[in-house]
Amino acid sequence: MEWKPVTLSAAPLDQSWYEASARARLAGLLDADSFQEFIGPEQRMMSPHLPLFDLPRAFDDGMIVGHGLLEAQPVLVAAQEGRFMGGAFGEIHGAKLVGLLRAALHLKPAAVLILFDTGGVRLQEANAGETAIAEIMRAIAIARAAGIPVIGLIGGRAGCYGGGGLVAGTCARLVISEGGRLSVSGPEVIETNRGAEEFDSRDRALVWRTMGGKHRRLLGAADAFVDDTIGAFRAAALAAIPAAPAFDLATLEAEQARLEARLDRFGDCTDATEIWGRLGVDDPTAVPGLTTEAFDALLDRLPEGPHHAR
Amino acid sequence: MPDKMPLDAILASLFPEGHAVTLADGLITGDGPLNGGRLAVIGIDGDTALGIEGACHLAGRVLDVVRAGGATPILVLIDSDSQRMSRRDELLGLNEYLAHLAKALLLADAQGHPTVGLLYGHSAAGAFIATALATRVLAALPGAHPSVMDLPSVARVTKLPLETLQAMARSTPVFAPGLDNMVQTGAVQVVLDPDKPLGPQVGALIAESPADDTRDALGLARGGRPVARDIAARVVGEVQGVVVREAQGA
Amino acid sequence: MEKLSFRHTTQKALPGAKASAITGVVASGNLEVLLERNLAPDICAFEIDTAINGYAEVWAAVVADFVARRQPGGLTITINDGGARPDTVSLRLAQGARLMEMP
Repeated sequence: MEWKPVTLSAAPLDQSWYEASARARLAGLLDADSFQEFIGPEQRMMSPHLPLFDLPRAFDDGMIVGHGLLEAQPVLVAAQEGRFMGGAFGEIHGAKLVGLLRAALHLKPAAVLILFDTGGVRLQEANAGETAIAEIMRAIAIARAAGIPVIGLIGGRAGCYGGGGLVAGTCARLVISEGGRLSVSGPEVIETNRGAEEFDSRDRALVWRTMGGKHRRLLGAADAFVDDTIGAFRAAALAAIPAAPAFDLATLEAEQARLEARLDRFGDCTDATEIWGRLGVDDPTAVPGLTTEAFDALLDRLPEGPHHAR
Repeated sequence: MPDKMPLDAILASLFPEGHAVTLADGLITGDGPLNGGRLAVIGIDGDTALGIEGACHLAGRVLDVVRAGGATPILVLIDSDSQRMSRRDELLGLNEYLAHLAKALLLADAQGHPTVGLLYGHSAAGAFIATALATRVLAALPGAHPSVMDLPSVARVTKLPLETLQAMARSTPVFAPGLDNMVQTGAVQVVLDPDKPLGPQVGALIAESPADDTRDALGLARGGRPVARDIAARVVGEVQGVVVREAQGA
Repeated sequence: MEKLSFRHTTQKALPGAKASAITGVVASGNLEVLLERNLAPDICAFEIDTAINGYAEVWAAVVADFVARRQPGGLTITINDGGARPDTVSLRLAQGARLMEMP
């Protein structure tokens, strides 16, 4: 079955996260009028590389970073615009997030929130984008080690792919919606490299149950599954902040045990429905159609607790 | 392009007195003597793609080093393909496994185990990020050829003729594959001399490794990333403005 | 890519107090519009970077129509265009003017 974003609505918190622009997501996520942008569009810090490829540039290079309040707590925020170059990491795009994470050490915010919406590295700036992802992951590790929760929110139209998937995997907590897809190689990349027998990228139901929000939540790759509204992401981000695990040996040893156990239990599965069945879901084929409420009720009924080590 | 230095030659040059580094299924693990202590080694050989089992195994070895305490440095030897591209790897959460390996290396480094990457063959995309790029200092040997994506694939995606891209690649290091371009962007800090013993060269890298992430400064100095350092510094500056205003009660 | 510039005189300044606003996204068939209140109250200037070459006359007509309707005096309007149709351009310009008119 095909997932559909919620209908557009006038109330900011009821708007579809999937359909909203990165700026609209930030405006609705944060307390009203609290967002202050760093290197705003009027500074026109645009890609020095895209003109070589005769491609249009964006004033913010598809990455909006700034400061705001979440229920009166100061937070640093970064939002990718998935419609500009697929939200891909270029030199400026990546460097803005690097700077934000480094700055977190000075500001000591209640959290850094990263609103992912990305296909991965921007090919026209591939080396800069790839290196920026490495710098971002290092900066996240340092911020987390300093006790600052770094929370990822995934529900945009570009999903969270490529290096973006690795950055997400470095965050302390992840919130995902049905529209959010999280993986490294996207369906088209796998199909191009390995053929349609390996992955038929036109089979949208397959894409959603392999990489979509419900599977990621059931597997333990994300901590919260939410409705596709800005309000739902706001509530989940608030809940995630106090639950963020430390970045230390105990957390990574627990993650090691969690990932090893996953290989043992599900390593021979070829489809998500098999994994869900082994997790104790009575009717795996019904999962994609469940409402968030019914899905949360299912999670509560499952025999095993959540896997929060990341 | 110079030939790739083979793994056994690298290990012999690193550890002339012998070592306990082994290779299985393309994964390198073990250790050897360095400067009176031990140097832990993990890595990928033979242009092997990094999948969920491999990443999990290597991360486990890194965490073993951290758990043992002390200050044993970790060398990451890389001649890999990209991440393994398969439905099964993604179904089981490849992004978590690759991120976990990178986090293990970052944690080790933060807890006093200096991490050095040594790129001696290929590496690409997610496998590169999870291994070599997650170290504090990344060195390479001549003959290494990292890439995010090869030019024919870039041509397909950007719909530009391959000849045009090849011409652009000569003047624009920011997108083209190859070791020289990764050196210019600052991702690869230094290229080692294969004709001199590698042990002392790696030892010197560990001794001189910078406390902070200096890759964007290198990218600026070498011309491969002209603006990244300034952009990151500007954001830090604007955030510090917020700190000052809050301190003043504004 | 093609760069276009237009400069119009207006009968009045655009009302409102906002110093700047941005609307839209650079994407295929879409554009972003940055509006800044930094000119004399009877001047409106446009700087356009468009992905599609050869449409200078269409842009001139869309911009002239917007100026005639909204009288956006005092504004510099800078556009990054991913190949939007004229009706989309008009819509974004109107949205931008409305944002600038807010108190």
